[in-house]
Amino acid sequence: MTVAALTKSAMRSNAPAGDLSPPDPLLRQRPSRVLPGFRLALFCTGLYLAILVLVPLSAVLFKSLSLPPDGWWQLVTHVRVLSALKVSFGTALIAAFANLFVGTLLAWVLVRYRLPGHRFWDALIDLPFALPTAVAGIALTAVYAADGTVGRYLQTLGIDVVYTPLGIVVALLFIGLPFVVRTVQPVLADLDAAVEEAAASLGANRWQIFWRIVLPAIRPALLTGFALAFARGVGEYGSVIFIAGNVPKVSEIAPLLIYIKLEQYDYAGATALAVLMLLLSFVLLLLINQQQRRLNRYQRS
Amino acid sequence: MVLVALSFTAVSAETALLNVSYDPTREFYEDLNRAFNANRATQGLSTLRIKQSHGGSGKQARAVIDGLPADVVSLALAYDIDAIAKRGLIAHDWQSKLPHNATPYSSTIVFLVRAGNPKKIQDWPDLIRADVKVITPNPKTSGGARWNYLAAWAWALQQPNGNAASARAYLSKLLANVPQLDTGARAATLTFVQRRLGDVLLAWENEALLVSRKLEPGKFEIVMPSVSILAEPPVALVDKIVDKRGSRALAESYLNFLYSETGQRLAAKHYFRPSHEQIAAEFSGQFPPLKRTSINAAFGNWANAQREHFDDGGSFDQISDAQ
Repeated sequence: MTVAALTKSAMRSNAPAGDLSPPDPLLRQRPSRVLPGFRLALFCTGLYLAILVLVPLSAVLFKSLSLPPDGWWQLVTHVRVLSALKVSFGTALIAAFANLFVGTLLAWVLVRYRLPGHRFWDALIDLPFALPTAVAGIALTAVYAADGTVGRYLQTLGIDVVYTPLGIVVALLFIGLPFVVRTVQPVLADLDAAVEEAAASLGANRWQIFWRIVLPAIRPALLTGFALAFARGVGEYGSVIFIAGNVPKVSEIAPLLIYIKLEQYDYAGATALAVLMLLLSFVLLLLINQQQRRLNRYQRS
Repeated sequence: MVLVALSFTAVSAETALLNVSYDPTREFYEDLNRAFNANRATQGLSTLRIKQSHGGSGKQARAVIDGLPADVVSLALAYDIDAIAKRGLIAHDWQSKLPHNATPYSSTIVFLVRAGNPKKIQDWPDLIRADVKVITPNPKTSGGARWNYLAAWAWALQQPNGNAASARAYLSKLLANVPQLDTGARAATLTFVQRRLGDVLLAWENEALLVSRKLEPGKFEIVMPSVSILAEPPVALVDKIVDKRGSRALAESYLNFLYSETGQRLAAKHYFRPSHEQIAAEFSGQFPPLKRTSINAAFGNWANAQREHFDDGGSFDQISDAQ
């Protein structure tokens, strides 16, 4: 089999399900794997993921099953739990959505323009990754407090940030920013400027170029960045706890409720709430992925 | 990470002890460990490596339950040591094994206000005034906050015609004046001192003295309420661990040293009220007399107080759910 035939059949196998062309007879014959070490790679990946992810997660799930059904019912109907979930998921969604726009803008600026001190600005993006989250929380609280450098001015506009849900959003904006920038940035950098120039020469205006050329190219990266920022925001504890104020039913986040249950040696309740959060996140991430696939199909057709 | 590191460094009993404690005792135990070794040196004994671990009291208790090999624990409240005892690591009668309910030093809850006391806060009724903002941490996560809550409750019970309903009504108004709930006592102190939020901080007396005398002298003053609570941060040796490591004698001598004149004087220096009467008299200027109700007198015992007020569905939850 020639290399050309191989690539051709590989391309065929990637074709969407709706493709009506007859199956390539070559496909039935399983090609031997090109790279050696498949078994070893599978074994290492499986073992590593099992030890690091699967075992702790199933321990959580297992422990949560020790909660009786009426305990579960009480948990999912309790007003504090519901409002904490609303706060956690609501603020994480808002922050991830805002980061989607600001992150894209930053990635755009960093890729397309040579700013003075370019490397400095670029390195700055990663700082929220490196900073201990508690430090971030305390610093943001100091800055946005009523007597803080920024909070002082917001206060005159009648905007309270610290100890409100808005404060949680600010912390999550900070924490989530690198996810969007760092996923979008390489895709933008790889984008061939010639395509945009061609569009321009064909009479497309700037808005059309962005909407028709740039956005479709970076959309998968955007969704990935959004999903990462959102997932991180839902579980974030360290930075949020200092700025939130933790007022029950107002700015109390779900991870704090889990911590509180642990503090009372209520391991079953704590893990049950954790499983609940995992399920909700899983469903939301699944929806995001589905959206991505739908977009891909739309793009290809 | 810290826990793992500590468990690896816990070496032979002859040379090391691990004291698992709560947050504000860090500096006190640093001094005490030094004095303990100096005292051993005068008796011709070798120097011990005494490891300290500090954190929220409940978290520390959980770490010991989960296997942190503590020879002794010195926590914020008896309930946390009871939790360890319930898992069989500590004998159930631990609190009767050492003097004063196994509490070498005690404290209480006081009001910390800004210099000059601009809001004229004198006693508990002032805390529910509409113009007063109160800073106190979350009793669900902070041992200190539980003492604050119980001190307020105990005061309300002692008022004419005071009962559980009137106490709850008082706490409900008090919590309405609390703009936010930090997770720990130190975080609440920071909110009050650094963020300048609130008019009064409900605080451990030792924390309040530390802030007003050492950290920010002249900027704050302490107000003694008419009634407060006898806060007893107890100590115990962890029977299972000391028997396994053969460190029982060492741990006992360490805990007894807390009751010695040197240990008591160091406690007072770090703003804990000494149990030793003579030493307490020496420091009477620092610790004005105050009517302190004990947990057992007002609530029966810690397990009761915890169940009625702080467990899920307890009075704190009921009040916050209704607000």
